[in-house]
Amino acid sequence: MTTVTLQHLTRRFGNVAAVNALSLEIQSGEMVAFLGPSGCGKTTTLRMIVGLLLPSGGDILFDGKSMLTVPTEKRGAVMVFQKHLLFPTLTIAQNVGFGLRMRGLPQNEIAARVTEMLELVHLPGFENRRAHELSGGQQQRVALARGLIIRPRVLLLDEPLANLDANLRLEMRELIRSIQQELKITSIFVTHDQEEAVMLADRVALMFDGVLQQFDAPRVFYERPLNAAIARFYRSENFLSGIKRGSQVETALGTLRVTSSDAQPDGPVLLTVRPEDVAIGAGPDNNRITAKVTAVVYMGTHTQLQLNVDGRAWRAEGPADFTAQPGDTLSVHLPDKRIWLLPTES
Amino acid sequence: MNKSWRWLAVIIIIVAVLAPLIPQLIWSFTFRWYFPSLLPGVWGTQAWEYVFSKSSRVGEGLINSLNLALVTSLFSIAVGLPAARALALYEFRGKSLVEWLLMVPIIVPGIVVIMGIHILFIRYRLTGTFLGVMLIHLIPCIPYMILVMSGVFANYGTALEDTARTLGASSLQTFWYVTLPGILPGLLVATMFTFLISWSQYVTTFLIGGGRIITLPLVLFPFIGGANHAAAAAISLVFVAPALAVLIFISRSLATESSIMGGFGRL
Repeated sequence: MTTVTLQHLTRRFGNVAAVNALSLEIQSGEMVAFLGPSGCGKTTTLRMIVGLLLPSGGDILFDGKSMLTVPTEKRGAVMVFQKHLLFPTLTIAQNVGFGLRMRGLPQNEIAARVTEMLELVHLPGFENRRAHELSGGQQQRVALARGLIIRPRVLLLDEPLANLDANLRLEMRELIRSIQQELKITSIFVTHDQEEAVMLADRVALMFDGVLQQFDAPRVFYERPLNAAIARFYRSENFLSGIKRGSQVETALGTLRVTSSDAQPDGPVLLTVRPEDVAIGAGPDNNRITAKVTAVVYMGTHTQLQLNVDGRAWRAEGPADFTAQPGDTLSVHLPDKRIWLLPTES
Repeated sequence: MNKSWRWLAVIIIIVAVLAPLIPQLIWSFTFRWYFPSLLPGVWGTQAWEYVFSKSSRVGEGLINSLNLALVTSLFSIAVGLPAARALALYEFRGKSLVEWLLMVPIIVPGIVVIMGIHILFIRYRLTGTFLGVMLIHLIPCIPYMILVMSGVFANYGTALEDTARTLGASSLQTFWYVTLPGILPGLLVATMFTFLISWSQYVTTFLIGGGRIITLPLVLFPFIGGANHAAAAAISLVFVAPALAVLIFISRSLATESSIMGGFGRL
């Protein structure tokens, strides 16, 4: 059981800060996702934690002890990479047992634990196969078993699902989650897929351009994003500018009542409602705005609407049998409990 | 490509390699052979008796050549492997200059270089010694080792080594259990190059060895163009044999490695 603390962790490549003053604390046994678009510094952070890359500044602590002077092989942090997974010259059993062999454990103990690990990742009897005989998903599971067998203090996964097809991804996601909860290993995984982060992680660290934006439980990113960029990353671009006064926001389309009024001080704010919370058609008479329909897309289980609200492009979801034509004007209800206030964008 | 075509290709290659050796084999057992006879008029084993006699110095040349080629190859690995890795995987100031300098011994004729080095070697009493000849053989060998191996390292990358490190392998263990098995096919090819380059050195051995280090080419060359075709043929067969053996051994051990061409990426 290990807590991982990052203190002002910084890594510069030339003049560019790939990771800039990153500070966060990961609880023992917690599963954290480093989320962000490619090039945001999430993999760089992982490589620093595991010791493959030296930080330009800041500190990395496991259980309060600085790891900066501890070499990779002594940190007890295992990293599972997204490709080049297995040692091609070794059998599956030798791959899984690699870490134990490096520690000089006796052969029969290694063999027993390898069998045990292969069962855990649902690959019993694969001992004598070679990496190239296995599918991508199977190789991924062997790589996971190879990492877990040494009972690491921290498990680091670099885009573990990126190279798998959709079905396999789902299966692997559940496997990773169940093993992580069973073994209670402090785990960090890197992903650019916000849904993957939501489904796997206890907490998500969202990074843009090397800077930590928000570190919270997944649902907070949907309900209470800290700024418009974060909301946008979670696929909500429904914004409306206004002036907040107490529990009311004055907008060009009328005055709206808000519940979470202490999110921002009085003054100019950016109001947001998630697409799935915008109520189309019938509903209460208050908190209504008019919107112009620009496109209607039938999605099978629901209808997706693209709206023009005060010159901004909004999205909303209606029932599957909802009918509207581009050009129609709609009156939509924004539930006061679902309105969230953001600082205005500079 | 279907099987029979593949066999045809193999046969053509074997014929192309072995056919030139057949006249040599016949010549080596000839006593008298005049135009226009298709085969020698009188057969004999004098040439082989000469080869095995002490006065021919073929035995001494063979042992010296083998020793030189092996030691030169080992030193090429010791120097070339770390250099190749650095050139393939790291960025550093002056890298392209280093790469260019490495090509120089391949481009510049050896004799030009040796004239300068010869004077230095005389000053440091390296002429006429095994060490001196080995050092001069290293000059054309190291660039080939580095060129081949930097291609191999660039192909191989560091991901597997990184994985091994995170699993608790020390840097020595990582090299031994992960890197070495991974680059071994390429290393065998590069070693074959250095072995054969050292094996066929004539001018360098002649000038630096000063007649005191006798290698097979030194024994062989005076016969070429001379009147004793039989002796020249017999010695050249002795000269070719180890080279063929090295080639066959290495190509056999690489038979299952399809990745081997990766080693030629930079050539």
